Amino acid sequence: MLDFPQALRIPLASWVDAGMRWVLRNLGPLFDTIGHVVLQMLLVVEQVLLFIPWFVFIPAVAALAWKALRSVRSSVVFALLLFAIGTFGYWQLAMNTLAIVVSAVLISLIIGIPVGILMAWSDRMQTVMKPVLDAMQTLPSFVYLIPALMLFGLGKVPATFATIIYAVPPVIRLTNVGIREVPRDVIEAARAYGANRRGILLDVQLPLARPSILVGINQTTMMALAMVVIGSMIGARTLGMEVLLAINRVNIGQGVEAGVSIVIMAIVIDRITYAFAHTRRRSPGESTGT
Amino acid sequence: MDGPIVSVEGVWKLFGREAKQLMSRPLRNQSKADIQAKSGAVLALRDVTLDVRKGEFFVIMGLSGSGKSTLIRTLVRLIEPTVGRIVVNGEDILTFPSDRLMQYRRNAVAMVFQNFGLFPHYTVLDNAAYGLKVRREERSLREQKARAALKTVGLGGWEAYYPESLSGGMQQRVGLARALATDPEILLMDEPFSGLDPLIRRQLQDELVELQGRLQKTVVFVTHDLHEALKLGDRVAIMRDGEVIQIGTPEEIISNPADGYVRDFTRDASPARVLTAAGIMQEPAVLLYRWQGPRTARKILRDERCEWAFVVTRIREYVGLVTLDDLDRYVGEGGSDFAEVLRDGVEQCAPDMYVEQIFPLARETAFALPVVDESGRFLGEVRRRAVFDAMTGDHNGEGGTDA
Repeated sequence: MLDFPQALRIPLASWVDAGMRWVLRNLGPLFDTIGHVVLQMLLVVEQVLLFIPWFVFIPAVAALAWKALRSVRSSVVFALLLFAIGTFGYWQLAMNTLAIVVSAVLISLIIGIPVGILMAWSDRMQTVMKPVLDAMQTLPSFVYLIPALMLFGLGKVPATFATIIYAVPPVIRLTNVGIREVPRDVIEAARAYGANRRGILLDVQLPLARPSILVGINQTTMMALAMVVIGSMIGARTLGMEVLLAINRVNIGQGVEAGVSIVIMAIVIDRITYAFAHTRRRSPGESTGT
Repeated sequence: MDGPIVSVEGVWKLFGREAKQLMSRPLRNQSKADIQAKSGAVLALRDVTLDVRKGEFFVIMGLSGSGKSTLIRTLVRLIEPTVGRIVVNGEDILTFPSDRLMQYRRNAVAMVFQNFGLFPHYTVLDNAAYGLKVRREERSLREQKARAALKTVGLGGWEAYYPESLSGGMQQRVGLARALATDPEILLMDEPFSGLDPLIRRQLQDELVELQGRLQKTVVFVTHDLHEALKLGDRVAIMRDGEVIQIGTPEEIISNPADGYVRDFTRDASPARVLTAAGIMQEPAVLLYRWQGPRTARKILRDERCEWAFVVTRIREYVGLVTLDDLDRYVGEGGSDFAEVLRDGVEQCAPDMYVEQIFPLARETAFALPVVDESGRFLGEVRRRAVFDAMTGDHNGEGGTDA
C-alpha cells in the first residue's frame, strides 16, 4: 500500500525505444553516410600515425614538448615514457587509440567552436544549451555507447561517435565563456571603428578568447582519451580493450601495463596541450625563458 | 569658422522596453524620476539640440549620469537615439542602413575612449593601424600611416610593444594615434584623460590643444571636469539629467551662467576657488627613494644643488622630507639610518584641494607641499610660488592650469 502506485507509470523507456526505432527506420541512410565519412577519416588518421615509425614519432613529440614547455627535462621524460609504451608491446594499440582521440577531437572542434560562438552571441541559445551540456557531462559516459551502438553497429565508428558526445561540452563551454569575457570596451572600440560582426569575431573575440578555447581543447582531449578507453566495450580496438581483457581474465600484470600506457598518453597529451593554452605574448626585451 | 558639421536635432534617448511607444506620449514636462517611476524607462537624453562647427573644439561637460557619454555615443550610433535627427555633413546618420553606417564609422569619425579600448593582443603598431585594417587598406600603407600617427603622439619607437607594458598615459596616446591614423573629419573623445594621473592629464591636454591647432580637426570632447572644459573648449555644452542647459564659449559660461546649476560650477571662477592642487602641482626636480642611504641622499642633493627633497618608496608612496642641513649634521655624527633624519610631520595636501584651502598651509611651510592621494601615493609638489600666483590671479593661460 505504501508502494508507488503502479498505474502512474510513465513509459519513458518505451517512448525512447519507439523514437529510436523511428530514427533507425527513417534516418538509417543518413547515419550510414555519417558513419562512412567518420570511418574514412579514422582510417586516414590511423594510417598516418602508423606510417610514422616510432623512432620518428617519439623525437617529434619531444620536440613539440620542448616548443610548448621550453624544458629539456620534460621533453626527455616524455620521450622515455612514450618509449616505455613501446616496450610494453602496445605501440600499435596506442596509435589506434590516438587515431580515435585525434579524430574525435577534430570533429568535436568542428562542431564545438561554432556552437560556442553561437552561444556567446545569443543569450537564448545559451539558455537552451546550458542544461543540455550539463546533462551531457553528468550522464554516465557508457550511456552513450547504447545509441552509438544502435546507429553505427560495432567498432571504432560508434566509439568515436560516443567519444564526441562525451568530449564536446568543454570546448563549447569554454569558447562561449572566452568570448563572453572579452571586455566590453574593447568590443565597443572595434564597433566604433566600423568593424562588422565577422570582423569583431575574427580580429577581437576569437584571439582574446584563445587561451580559454585552448583550455577547452585541452579538456576535450582529456575527456576523449578517457572515453576512448570505455569505447572498447563496443569493439573499438584500443588500449582500453587490453584493460577489458585483463579484467575478464583477472590478469593483473597485463592490466597494469595497459593501464600505465593509457596514463602515459594522458600525461603527455595533457601537459603539451596545457602548455600551449598558457603561452603568452611578449613585448620586446621581455625574457623568453620560463 | 564654417557652418555646422554635426547637427543634433531633438534627440531623445530612453533606455527601457517600450521606449519608442513612450515617446508618443507627452514627456516634455515630466521629470526623469517621474518617467522612471511610471514606466520603468530610464531617461538618458532629453530633447538635445546642438551644432558643432567645422574645425571647432566642442566640449560636452556634465557630472556622471548627465547623459554626456550617451550623447557622444549616439554620434556614431554605438547607442541608438530613441527619436531625433543627427545630421553629419548634411546627411542624417540615423537613417543609414548597416553598410552605409559601417562606411561612416570607418571614414568620417574616430573615437578615443576613457578606458582606452585598446586591443591587448595587438602590438602598439597594430593597434594604431586598426581603423585602417577595418577599412581594408593595404598592410604596408596602413603601417606607414600608423607609424606616422604614433610619431605625432610621441610614441615613435614603441611600435613593437604590447599595450599592457605601457603606462596609462602612453596607452591613451596609442588610443589617440589609432584615431588620428584614420585621418577622420571628426574626433570623438569620451573622457579620454579622466583615468590618468593629474600631471599626465595636463600634459596630454596641452598636447591635444597643440595638435588640434595644427591638424584643424573637429573635436567633440566629453568631460566631467569644468577645468578641462574651460581650458580646451572653443565652446562648451553643459548637461544635466540628460538635458543641455547651456552652450557657449568658456567666457560666456563663466560670465553669464544660464541657471543655478551652471553657476554652482562656475561660481567665482576665481582661480583660488577653481584651481586644485592637482591643477598647479609640478614634478619635483629631485625625488629621493626610501632605500637610498643618507650618504647617497646627501650626494644627490649636493649634486643637484637642492636644499631639501621629498622621499618616497619604490611605488611612490609618500614618506617624508629631508633637508641637506639635517643630512650634513647626521652624516657628520656618523649616523646611517635614513629614517632618523626624515621629517614626516610636514604639511601635505590632497589633489582635489582648492588653492584657497592650500594657501594657509603654503604660508606655514618653508618647503613645497607634497600632493598625496588617498592611497598615500605621491603625485607631485605644489610650490609656494604657484599657490601665491594662483591666489593673486597672476597665472597665465585661459583655464589657468599651467601655473
